[in-house]
Amino acid sequence: MHFTLKIWRQAAPRAKGCFEHYAIDQVDGDTSFLEMLDMLNNKLVKENKETIAFDHDCREGICGACGLYINGRPHGPDDGITTCQLYMRRFRDGSEITVEPFRSKAFPVIKDLMVNRNAFDKILQAGGFVSVNTGSAPEAHTTLVSREKAEESMDASSCIGCGACVASCKNGSAMLFVASRVSALSLLPQGKPEASRRARAMVLKMDELGFGSCTNIGTCQMECPKKITVAHIARLNREFLYCKHSDLQE
Amino acid sequence: MAGILNAKIPEGPLDQKWTLHKENLKTVSPANRSRMHIIVVGTGLAGASAAAALGEQGYRVNVFCMGDSPRRAHSVSAQGGINAAKNYRNDNDSVQRLFMDTLKGGDFRSREANVFRLAEVSNAIIDHCVALGVPFARDYAGYLDNRSFGGSQVSRTFYARGQTGQQLLLAAYGALNRQVALGNVTVHCRHQMMDLVVIEGQAKGIITRDMVTGRIEKYPAHAVVLATGGYSNVYFLSTNGMSSNASALVQCWKNGAFFANPGFVQIHPTCIPVHGTHQSKLTLMSESLRNDGRIWVPKDKSLAKRLQEGSLKPSDIPEDERDYYLERRYPAYGNLVPRDVASRAAKERCDAGLGVNKTGKAVFLDFEKALETKGREMIERKYGNLFQMYEKITDENPYKEPMQIFPAMHYTMGGLWVDYNLMTTIKGLFAIGEANFSDHGANRLGASALMQGLADGFFILPYTLPDYLSTKIGELLPEMAHPAFVQASEKVKQRIRNLMEIRGRTPVDDLHRQLGQLMWEHAGIIRSAQGLTETFDGLEVLRERFGKETGIPGSDKTVNQELEKALHLEDFLLLAGLMVRDALHRKESCGGHFRVESQTKDGETLRNDKEFQYVAAWEYKGPGSEPELHKEPLEFRYIHVTERKYK
Ligand SMILES: Cc1cc2nc3c(=O)[nH]c(=O)nc-3n(C[C@H](O)[C@H](O)[C@H](O)COP(=O)(O)OP(=O)(O)OC[C@H]3O[C@@H](n4cnc5c(N)ncnc54)[C@H](O)[C@@H]3O)c2cc1C
Ligand code: SF4
Ligand code: FES
Repeated sequence: MHFTLKIWRQAAPRAKGCFEHYAIDQVDGDTSFLEMLDMLNNKLVKENKETIAFDHDCREGICGACGLYINGRPHGPDDGITTCQLYMRRFRDGSEITVEPFRSKAFPVIKDLMVNRNAFDKILQAGGFVSVNTGSAPEAHTTLVSREKAEESMDASSCIGCGACVASCKNGSAMLFVASRVSALSLLPQGKPEASRRARAMVLKMDELGFGSCTNIGTCQMECPKKITVAHIARLNREFLYCKHSDLQE
Repeated sequence: MAGILNAKIPEGPLDQKWTLHKENLKTVSPANRSRMHIIVVGTGLAGASAAAALGEQGYRVNVFCMGDSPRRAHSVSAQGGINAAKNYRNDNDSVQRLFMDTLKGGDFRSREANVFRLAEVSNAIIDHCVALGVPFARDYAGYLDNRSFGGSQVSRTFYARGQTGQQLLLAAYGALNRQVALGNVTVHCRHQMMDLVVIEGQAKGIITRDMVTGRIEKYPAHAVVLATGGYSNVYFLSTNGMSSNASALVQCWKNGAFFANPGFVQIHPTCIPVHGTHQSKLTLMSESLRNDGRIWVPKDKSLAKRLQEGSLKPSDIPEDERDYYLERRYPAYGNLVPRDVASRAAKERCDAGLGVNKTGKAVFLDFEKALETKGREMIERKYGNLFQMYEKITDENPYKEPMQIFPAMHYTMGGLWVDYNLMTTIKGLFAIGEANFSDHGANRLGASALMQGLADGFFILPYTLPDYLSTKIGELLPEMAHPAFVQASEKVKQRIRNLMEIRGRTPVDDLHRQLGQLMWEHAGIIRSAQGLTETFDGLEVLRERFGKETGIPGSDKTVNQELEKALHLEDFLLLAGLMVRDALHRKESCGGHFRVESQTKDGETLRNDKEFQYVAAWEYKGPGSEPELHKEPLEFRYIHVTERKYK
């Protein structure tokens, strides 16, 4: 197969970027999208041209490092996968493919297709954890957790922190990301005591970091590679409201 | 020679060593802790848990990782589960049994006292992870569920779907984030450790490269903890993340930390077979699949040939034409034999011409019977995401046709030599997680790496490191202008300049791929004196080519992923030589180290305890000089050393 790639190139965070065109051929359908980019980069090395920077690591859809905006969709044309799980057999031979970084105010471009998602870490630092010191946990079976709750928590906890939800949202909101963590923890008895405080701290941090607010459009859910649903946003809102009430009462 | 290595194994009966040792370890008073600075390199399970636990105690911790977030560490991709000796299934599990299984699984090439301690703290890990909010699988009554893993006859593996590593890492990363918020821990992402700074024989800091700006930076500390993971990527194709590398280990080795058992690597039997020449990595299909999947090839070569040509479907082959070779050869453990055994058996069948895909390098992992007896819903719940992953990659539906699998490079048992306190041969330099050599001997059992990473980070290092720090109270951090820091930083800059000045046109990937092929061929599943000896020449050629041909376009003052890869490859090339040397010197077969010269009549590993019951710890002797071998004899006082049988 052969393709024309239209790829965003940008030398540095504040540099002006532009699209460049590249041709690539002899691509096997079983080659992954990132392997195809490897091929292109190796071709560039042979021509002594600077390679295209992009984030990646596990290449099996779990680390959340990869994330490209391909033909107008985060992680490309298929549902429920990350960029690294996309294979070239998915594209029409000879077609043009547009590749851009995830774009959002809160994710400044570092170089080419690489963005800074540090804001996600900061949101989690604001409260995305259970405050328990090492060594103080009771025996694991002291608190039972119903299977349904554990499974639901696991669904929410599947978030890989890739940022596709933010990139897909016209408000640039991180609600789905925040909701996934809040929900995963508040569904478990272990995470309950801090649930409201957690929700509040994370939402406030999200606002502070320049993410937009949620207007229930739902593109995040459509583009999430782990199929996290907006039902978790509803739970987040509940925790958040509860928090406001209890604050008022105090 | 042996005298140089003091493992500091405490006195006392095996099951009391750790307790007694803890009583003797010195502590640091809370008031002094905030003045003690610790560097932790790596944010996988080992690094994140250590940094969090030390932060909780009130130390000042600087943490480094190469990813854009600590959560990207390679631990995130572990699928199957984590072991603990809870005995929740009432199948007669115990600390003693977990200890025995791990030691036997490692083929008696690990340290008795360390392995016992690992088993001893395993239960606390589960307790703590539950408290941190890990959504482990549960049964309908709300109790924790278990599955079985290879090399054990009890069901002791805890799991969170097929994403156990991710969930554990999120928990450890959460604990880390809490300490960041409290101001005890500072995280430096996109920073690669380039060198260790040693002053008067003690680790006093590190030199890093900021992977965004290219700046070379100096960080002083009272102690340095290495948690940088394993070096499977020497083989280019492996199940590890693309950025997994050995650079920090190799730099510490060059600074005087001994490297133990570098040749002990693990090849995982159930991975998706290699499909193309541009393939960048291999994908593991969790070992847990062997609970319900049966491994087979056709009995007859002509049938295999037709499978290879694609003129026959696996479902066309009748039951009595199938060879469930693991069940046949190892009736007691069947499909759940340890990884090394399963990998060799697969290679043996494929070498005999019985491989089942077009390259002839694959065997079947079949769920037909499980689907029949347990039903699709049950199988889907247990392995749904793995089946999905398989289908995405191969475009084939494993509910209909069996999976095709083949062994792939997966894990490295070797690593920096550490004593019982997890300290390397450099004072103040500690190594934890996959980066050290300590607990898995010549073969690691499934679900034991996650256990070890968290044991080291949550429950061992936070006790042993303060003992070292207690001797440093009142000691000021070295100045950045200290000659050792200046020299180390200049050396790093020079190294980068040298690489940038090669100005070749060969992509790093091409050279790395060749290194991988060479190592897979001769230092992989099966090793021989001749093959290993020849590898030295091959490595020399690659090193020369690397120095002349490598192409690194662009500048080193910005993101430059070719430079990052070149730095890793340069270190891999050095380490590969050491791995081959180690594999060559160990003229016995044990665990994953299979020397053709040392096998039983039925082709099983043949250990030589008289000559090789030791840890091989290698000392770097400068460029061009041969590394020196030091031996730490292994004594087994509480366990009877037996032949490792899974029949
Ligand atoms: C696909 C797969 C599945 C697995 N499944 C299981 C399982 O089910 N059960 C089990 O027990 N084990 C499993 N393992 C093994 C286990 O995941 C690893 O051994 C373990 O997670 C290693 O953890 P770690 O903390 O030592 O290192 P890692 O998680 O590898 O972390 C290394 C860290 O060091 C950083 N780093 C590396 N070099 C540098 C440097 N020079 N400078 C700065 N930072 C650096 C990295 O950025 C990263 O943060 C699996 C492994 C793989 C590959
Ligand atoms: S919620 Fe989904 S899209 Fe958003 S960061 Fe998590 S995994 Fe990615
Ligand atoms: S590279 Fe890890 S999710 Fe894509």
